[in-house]
Amino acid sequence: MNQESSLWSDAWRRLLANKAALAGGIILLVLIFLAIFAPWIAPHSYSYQNLELGAQPPSSEFLLGTDTLGRDLFSRILYGARVSLLVGFVATSVALVIGVSWGIVAGYFGGRIDSVMMRIVDVLYGLPFIIFIILLMVIFGRNIWLLFAAIGAVEWLTMARIVRGQVLTVKTQEYVLAAQAMGVSNIQMFRKHIFPNILGPIAVYATLTIPQVMLLEAFLSFLGLGIQPPMSSWGTLIRYGVESMEEYSWLLIYPGLTFTLTLFALNFFGDGLRDALDPKISSD
Amino acid sequence: MLQVILKRIAIAIPVILIVASLTFFLVRMAPGGPFDAEKVVPPQVMKNLNAVYNLDAPLIIQYRDYMFNLVQGDFGPSFRYPGRSVTEMIFTGLPVTFELAFYAIIVAMIIGSLAGVIAAVKRNTLLDYVPMTIAMIGICMPTFLLGPLLVLYFGIYLEALPVSGWDSLPGDKILPSITLGAAYAAYIARLSRGGMLETLSQDYIRTARAKGLPEYQVIIKHALQGGLVPVVSFLGPAVAGLIGGSFVVETIFQIPGLGRFYVEAAFNRDYTMILGTTIFFSTLIIFFNLLSDIAVLLMNPRARSQT
Repeated sequence: MNQESSLWSDAWRRLLANKAALAGGIILLVLIFLAIFAPWIAPHSYSYQNLELGAQPPSSEFLLGTDTLGRDLFSRILYGARVSLLVGFVATSVALVIGVSWGIVAGYFGGRIDSVMMRIVDVLYGLPFIIFIILLMVIFGRNIWLLFAAIGAVEWLTMARIVRGQVLTVKTQEYVLAAQAMGVSNIQMFRKHIFPNILGPIAVYATLTIPQVMLLEAFLSFLGLGIQPPMSSWGTLIRYGVESMEEYSWLLIYPGLTFTLTLFALNFFGDGLRDALDPKISSD
Repeated sequence: MLQVILKRIAIAIPVILIVASLTFFLVRMAPGGPFDAEKVVPPQVMKNLNAVYNLDAPLIIQYRDYMFNLVQGDFGPSFRYPGRSVTEMIFTGLPVTFELAFYAIIVAMIIGSLAGVIAAVKRNTLLDYVPMTIAMIGICMPTFLLGPLLVLYFGIYLEALPVSGWDSLPGDKILPSITLGAAYAAYIARLSRGGMLETLSQDYIRTARAKGLPEYQVIIKHALQGGLVPVVSFLGPAVAGLIGGSFVVETIFQIPGLGRFYVEAAFNRDYTMILGTTIFFSTLIIFFNLLSDIAVLLMNPRARSQT
């Protein structure tokens, strides 16, 4: 236990020393704060249409201007953050739950169970999931919960591989063998000995999965197959921005900037976390 | 070696068949028939339509017929465009998409590996930091944002390049190819930098240097082969991304390729077209994954014994 806490405090120190990761982390915290408190921060309603107003360029009244229906863009981006971040976190959690359990079971029991489970992962890996997600959205309607499940169901494969690899290493350590010799039950073994020791790579991969998930959601929303109005994610905002960019370029540029900045922050934070937790593998 | 390749092919074929079957039943599970979309059709007409499209047969018979035709390369008729077969539409759109993907890969390979190799050789200098920062931006900037921004700047603001169409105006292929290739250029730059850094620290590189070879020869003759392995193994999965990207790029630039047909089919609920293109794209992706696996085996002697 002692060694573990020093691992985490070491990692924490290295993370704080990494300026890019720290900046990424701060941007993320600010974004999460803005998203949670959007109803109190947003200066205008995100859905109130004022057709007479129309598209206004940015001004002191409307910080980032208004869209063609006279809705305040700043407020819409704030509410979009809620949807986009929610998709990122929920779908990543789905991937986490499936991937971690799959990887632990395969790695811990080994042998035939392992080879069958990992062969399934190999086969699924080769499948064209983007196309399948589009298919699911077309067939079962554009439902936000289905979107979460579908994206999560795609992203768990890499997680399962990583976790299995980690479990295989941890399993042969002396303390695990000692615990086995003492007759510790499987459940106890997972909870006390294996899980805490593979937490690092899981945290890193989860952080790096969130931007991928958000990209996928935005991609679907851009094609018109993701989040449906009146709700709007950043992907849908970019889609509307593209439609009217010739006259009203701010409708594309501000949502686009916000989205890119967020992905940037997530990637830098994830890379920093990886470097902090495992100084040996610094970058790919 | 040959055995390994044959084994991979033997796995790929059942996977393709499973994908085809899965897609078939998924599409059949869709609520409502393909013809009750916009207006009410008299029952007799409905019955005839169902008969024409073989929808009145039991599901298992439909499945048998579909798979039987599929093996012969017949994807059936399109529901939306009467008189046109799905196969015909796939082969109208495919050359355009292939051409676009080809240019994109060329753009990505040249820019990406050049930037990556230079960054690795000139590690921790400006020639490393600047391209790698641009690469990070390239990874974070999605295709559906980069494309419109390029259109906005080069097409609308500078009025230098055409912003839509394919093969109709001179230079109309430039923006789509760059848009589709940019993200891959960024990935390839990072991968080739990493691969080169690892290779450059190997013993045989030291040997090559020790025997007095000039640095450029060390890199070109010895380091590149090992350093670019990660890039080659990335190319297979990249095809899957390229297909997804072609949906976006062809929609933005109004290119009559297979990607746009697919997105349109998804909107129009043209089920046979969705079914056909899904199976077609899946096969393509599985095939390219296989191809890049084999290429990696050929390039990296160590991987041969591992599998």
